[in-house]
Amino acid sequence: MTALAALIRRDIRIALRVGGGALIGVLFFLTVTVLMPFAVGPDLALLSRLGPAILWLGALLASLLTLDRLFTADHEDGSLDLIVMSRTPLELACAAKALAHWLAAGLPLIIATPVLGLLLNLDGTATLAVAVTLLTGTPALTFTGMIGAALAVTMHRGGLLLAVLVLPLSIPVLIFGVAASQAAIVGPMSFGTPFSILCALSLVSFVIGPFAAAASLRHGLD
Amino acid sequence: MRLSGQQLRCVRGGREVFSGLDFAASAGEALAIVGPNGSGKTSLLRVIAGLLVPADGTIALDGGDAELSVPEQAHYLGHRDALKPALSVAENLSFWREFLGGEPEDSAKCLSAVALDHATHLPAAFLSAGQRRRLSIARLLTVRRPVWLLDEPTSALDTAGQALFVGLMQGHLARGGIIVAATHLPLGIEARELRMGGAA
Repeated sequence: MTALAALIRRDIRIALRVGGGALIGVLFFLTVTVLMPFAVGPDLALLSRLGPAILWLGALLASLLTLDRLFTADHEDGSLDLIVMSRTPLELACAAKALAHWLAAGLPLIIATPVLGLLLNLDGTATLAVAVTLLTGTPALTFTGMIGAALAVTMHRGGLLLAVLVLPLSIPVLIFGVAASQAAIVGPMSFGTPFSILCALSLVSFVIGPFAAAASLRHGLD
Repeated sequence: MRLSGQQLRCVRGGREVFSGLDFAASAGEALAIVGPNGSGKTSLLRVIAGLLVPADGTIALDGGDAELSVPEQAHYLGHRDALKPALSVAENLSFWREFLGGEPEDSAKCLSAVALDHATHLPAAFLSAGQRRRLSIARLLTVRRPVWLLDEPTSALDTAGQALFVGLMQGHLARGGIIVAATHLPLGIEARELRMGGAA
């Protein structure tokens, strides 16, 4: 457990320092959301109808933006070799790295959501609904994205490949995330149904993500 | 304790790097892998470290901890230093101490053993190549492991650093450790040579 805690602490510390990825995601999220009203125009009703979808898209792209460095950085400086060799099971190490990435890059997005909701003319309930669905949905994005990050490790310029591999996997999360927020705001569907599926997607990704990523890392090392 | 490999065969990118390779090193013994570039020195070290899967053959550590695999009882010092530029010298070292687990040594003592104790709070980004190497060597000291796998360990080290590292290797051997090192330069310690074939 000390080993995993040390890994999480290290990754968060690196992400928060200058040059780390934590702020980049939030800034990107902010940019996308701020630009959207300019593109859509001053139609407040339209903005608040599109709001949840815009926030979800922004969060999805923002969390992908920094994900490609999840294993590449460790691979380039040789840390990954030592992590693979260590007494900590690689699956747990992968899960710890994904958790650290979510805490440093995913959680700030959710904290920023209420502020950005104001820009999109969302009321309190709507903002709360989006924030809650992001809170349950973004871990799934990180844990499925981790598989792509592990596959892209041995390739140069793997960032683009990551997007191609991971975006299809994140479509279900996007669908049910936006559906749950819309259900909470306008109905007529109940909030519980899509939200339960979103939770299920997250739980499945917690199980599959670390094993798939570890298998791909073991296979890809050379 | 005895580290040995039998009939090892390694294939990389469809090309056979070496085959039918045997080696053995007992406690307190150093094995120097020598040979021209491309002869498979690094590949052999990575096979022992479990980072490459051999196409054939076995590796065993007799007298080691039966619960642990060979890589889990070994330190690997590769070309790359496994240091994070954003973290300080002390943070880098204490991360590896906590992550690798096992019997920890005092961080300050390890840093002074490689003469880096004056730079504890400096971010690793500001270290020179030689200082980075010294910091990676401190990692070998911070957690005790019986087997050291070293890939060109003395590259980038100055004369004083090399002398210091020779002392550390002698200390490790005196405690019954095993060293397997791939090197072009003389290690400076008494070592058996394992000559790899010419570049194929």
